[in-house]
Amino acid sequence: MSVYAYYPGCSGLGTSIEYDISTRAVCQALGLALADVPDWSCCGATPAHTVDHLLSSALAARNLAQAEDLDVQALITPCPSCLTNLKTAMHRMSDRDFRGKVNKLLDRPVRRDLPVKSVLQVLVEDVGPEELASRLPGKPLAGLKLAPYYGCIMNRPPELMRFDDHEHPTAMDRLMQTLGAEVVPFPLKVECCGASFGVARKDITARLSAKLLETAQDLGAHAMVTACPLCHMNLDLRQGQAASVAGRQFRIPVFYYTQLIAVALRLPQDAIGLSKLCVSPNSAFKAMRKALRP
Amino acid sequence: MEVVDIHASCDAEFIAEVEAESSQRIAECYQCGNCTAGCPFTFAYDIPVSQIMRLLQAGQKRRLLTCKSIWLCATCESCTTRCPNNIDVARIMDVLRHLARREGYAAERNVKVFWDAFLDSVEKHGRSFELGILAAYIAKTGRFWPDLGLGPKILPKGKLGFKPHPIQGKKQVAEIFRRFREISRS
Repeated sequence: MSVYAYYPGCSGLGTSIEYDISTRAVCQALGLALADVPDWSCCGATPAHTVDHLLSSALAARNLAQAEDLDVQALITPCPSCLTNLKTAMHRMSDRDFRGKVNKLLDRPVRRDLPVKSVLQVLVEDVGPEELASRLPGKPLAGLKLAPYYGCIMNRPPELMRFDDHEHPTAMDRLMQTLGAEVVPFPLKVECCGASFGVARKDITARLSAKLLETAQDLGAHAMVTACPLCHMNLDLRQGQAASVAGRQFRIPVFYYTQLIAVALRLPQDAIGLSKLCVSPNSAFKAMRKALRP
Repeated sequence: MEVVDIHASCDAEFIAEVEAESSQRIAECYQCGNCTAGCPFTFAYDIPVSQIMRLLQAGQKRRLLTCKSIWLCATCESCTTRCPNNIDVARIMDVLRHLARREGYAAERNVKVFWDAFLDSVEKHGRSFELGILAAYIAKTGRFWPDLGLGPKILPKGKLGFKPHPIQGKKQVAEIFRRFREISRS
């Protein structure tokens, strides 16, 4: 069994708890052992890098140092924002001078160069669609039409993220197709949803998220599927705000991709967290069943 | 079209500072406009990102540090990814807000207040505490009503903790902030 250092990220304890729960359950079901980074702290998220790059790298790097106690090949995280911060810190610390400055801010210096990856990357590359298919009871999500939304930073910039295509990623598409779902040709896979401006400038977030929801609805998707807690919050919790801006009704369930894998693997309800979604997922499952009726 | 007398107002020191802090060469921008074409925030910006690059080449410090755009960039990396000259434009936007902070400018005050509230929370608890951040933001901006409608949607889901999740090493995290402030002053 492969063991990975796991960094849940702060939102995994709160607004994206269903992402954390389903990620852990899916990894366990697929034979990936997760060891939580001991006493992990916040990566600094967006706010830290808007203040200073040394501060943001140090906040992320404390976690890289904490992970050095674990006997693992890589550190993985479900959240693209944590991923970017951890990867950026590791990348910038390849400069010895910068590494020295970061280490001076830390109680415990970073000594190793631990690879940092997304959970999505590990599920696609280390498990793979074929292995996933072998564990499924057929094609459990046949009939479900999904708009796959990756968010802006899962794959960008490509020199840093080194995973999948930066304009037209397909990792999540392939996993969803393996479950039997139909993936609509969603053209806004990497367009920004408005990110962390939901509180201070919700007008901006609502407008950008509305564009994504409109496109998904117009393509006939039963639901959207995403890999980012912030995107999820903007599309699910703030769907009503987007609707006000767009001047039309949305009723589009938004899943984390790990929830749908958990559904397909028939994992217990409390390992999926569907009840945590603000927009009820029932319409999507109803449409899926209807599509299958002769 | 706007005319800028660069003989009178070009701040070469400012250009050098941005270049040093971002590790980018400003002169490499040839104004193709690809960054602005792909930027999802152009509709909300007071200066489009390609014009920010041009004003930077012309050393227009005050104009740039007082603009709204630098606070509204979400670092979505479209510009950086699509720049034909491999300029890390998003990193330059980040550096411009670093400099704006140091000079005491924040044209989008509420954005800054939110980010500051977030970091205060991390400094205090070691991790971010979502409800605490929101409370601090409301206290500082007086803005309460805009998101009131979300309460009934999210509270019944039991996702928002009413207490922070402090960590054992929260002092180590606070120390990162303290040491950072210390070296920033010197």
